[in-house]
Amino acid sequence: MTGPAIRARGLKKRFGEVRAVGGIDIEVSKGELFGFLGPNGAGKTTTMSMLTGLSRPDAGSIEIGGIDCSRNPKAAQHLIGVVSDESNLYPELSGFDNLCFSGALYGMRRQDRSRKASELLELFGLVDASSRKFSGYSKGMKRRLVIAAAIMHSPPLLFLDEPTSGIDVESSRMIRQLLTGLHRQGVTIFLTTHFIGEAERLCDRIAFIASGRIVRTDTVERLLQPVQGRYALTVSLSGGCPIPLGELEVAFPGLDFQLQAPDELRVESGEPLKAGSLVRFLEDRGVEVIEARKRVLSLEDVFVEITGIGAGSMLKEKEGRWR
Amino acid sequence: MKTWIAFWSIVRKDMKAYYLKPPNVSWGLLFPLAWTGMFLIRSGQDTHSLQSVLPGMIALSVLFGTSSMLAVAVTFEKKARAFDRLLLSPIPLVLLMLAKTSGAILFGMFNALVPVLLGFWFADLSGTDWSMVVPAVLLIAVVSTYLSLLLAILATEVFEVQTLSNFVRFPMIFLCGLFFPVTALPWFLQPLSFMLPLTYGVDILHAAIQGEQILPAALDFAALAGFCLLLFSLSLHSINRHWIG
Repeated sequence: MTGPAIRARGLKKRFGEVRAVGGIDIEVSKGELFGFLGPNGAGKTTTMSMLTGLSRPDAGSIEIGGIDCSRNPKAAQHLIGVVSDESNLYPELSGFDNLCFSGALYGMRRQDRSRKASELLELFGLVDASSRKFSGYSKGMKRRLVIAAAIMHSPPLLFLDEPTSGIDVESSRMIRQLLTGLHRQGVTIFLTTHFIGEAERLCDRIAFIASGRIVRTDTVERLLQPVQGRYALTVSLSGGCPIPLGELEVAFPGLDFQLQAPDELRVESGEPLKAGSLVRFLEDRGVEVIEARKRVLSLEDVFVEITGIGAGSMLKEKEGRWR
Repeated sequence: MKTWIAFWSIVRKDMKAYYLKPPNVSWGLLFPLAWTGMFLIRSGQDTHSLQSVLPGMIALSVLFGTSSMLAVAVTFEKKARAFDRLLLSPIPLVLLMLAKTSGAILFGMFNALVPVLLGFWFADLSGTDWSMVVPAVLLIAVVSTYLSLLLAILATEVFEVQTLSNFVRFPMIFLCGLFFPVTALPWFLQPLSFMLPLTYGVDILHAAIQGEQILPAALDFAALAGFCLLLFSLSLHSINRHWIG
């Protein structure tokens, strides 16, 4: 690969009257683990489809490893592995046969395919299920095999769409470890995920996309800077908060109060927060406190601030699709 | 060389996953057996009668053999997004679709063997021109495969493609001269017959087996080849437009 792993300029895509992607630029360096975050309908999958050659942009240009995708899409596809958000291997084939077939699509010879498939089944903890049909795999096993299939031909660039959605904790952890391992080996990874914590832990840089536009791209470090060393306390109230926020700020100087919802009070501070005194203060004034949760501010808060979309609701939307 | 590895792997995978499955093989045998058996009983073992229905039986077996599984397999793979894996691979689209349809073509030709073998047993096929039968069966298999590929691309659900296939296949049984000559059709239906590819394939088979034909064989072959090219091009265009668009 020459040049950046991915360079996309002015990508646009419409579906009838709907603008799915409205002119976005993406540049991912070689060896980078790049996160692509956004709510459902933001344009993540459409962007990924355009980058991988499954869809043609209405406008803009894409280069993969220096190859112009509009001129030579198949050469670019040789450089990439794609893990879609669905476990889309062949249900009738065994795990081993699915891997061998994936390798064959990239022109791997029989011995190379068998050797690599055996290695990957070992690496992904699927040796015992290698001869079992894919349809009999659990969700977690399916995701692992789909990732294994995507790296059969050892692509220098890997696209992953929600690799850990809807699977068990053990499989998620294993996938994260595998991605970290691939990243260390120099594989460039383009990752879309709804798990912001996962992106924060894994990615070098992150782009937030909302309504078909990239609203911010930066390193995780820089994105976290505004919330670094900040603490938050979320207080759930029964029947809302009758006390004016100004009164609370006078009573607790140095704390920032915000009413997130009519019955949810959010408090932020540069110091670790003590919930007890605030809860007592509220209860003394007849406010019923249901729950008070303390936490350190994270990328999730940055995401909410930048996109104006609740990370929780984004996750719920996605999980709804799996049910 | 590397592209051919992908090509053969797709053919082999489809044969393994779809065409060589016991229910499909048994159906592939049962369907032509039942139809040929039915016509055999109807003809009262009259050799000439059997010879007259054999071209239709061969064409029918190939038509149903090629179109039944391919359309379902393609629609199913597209819906399950397994087809995306093929589109994402570096194999050129033309070669990919040729590979994807090869299994159906081979299976359709295999289906043609059943009426042919029964014909050997119950009829006198000594005058049959096999140098015409074989390429005709191949072209009928190719043309019906590409027709069903086009239908599969236009449909989104498996039940849709099955309905669409029947909507196209069953009128062809009556309009393409399978069991009675096209010239015996009412005059206003005859132009419709010549718009259907199977008419030309059946005409070649009638010429090869019975020595009776409506059009010159060269014209039949040219028409069939033209239909193959047209349907394949339309399929590629539809994939480009609907699936990669």
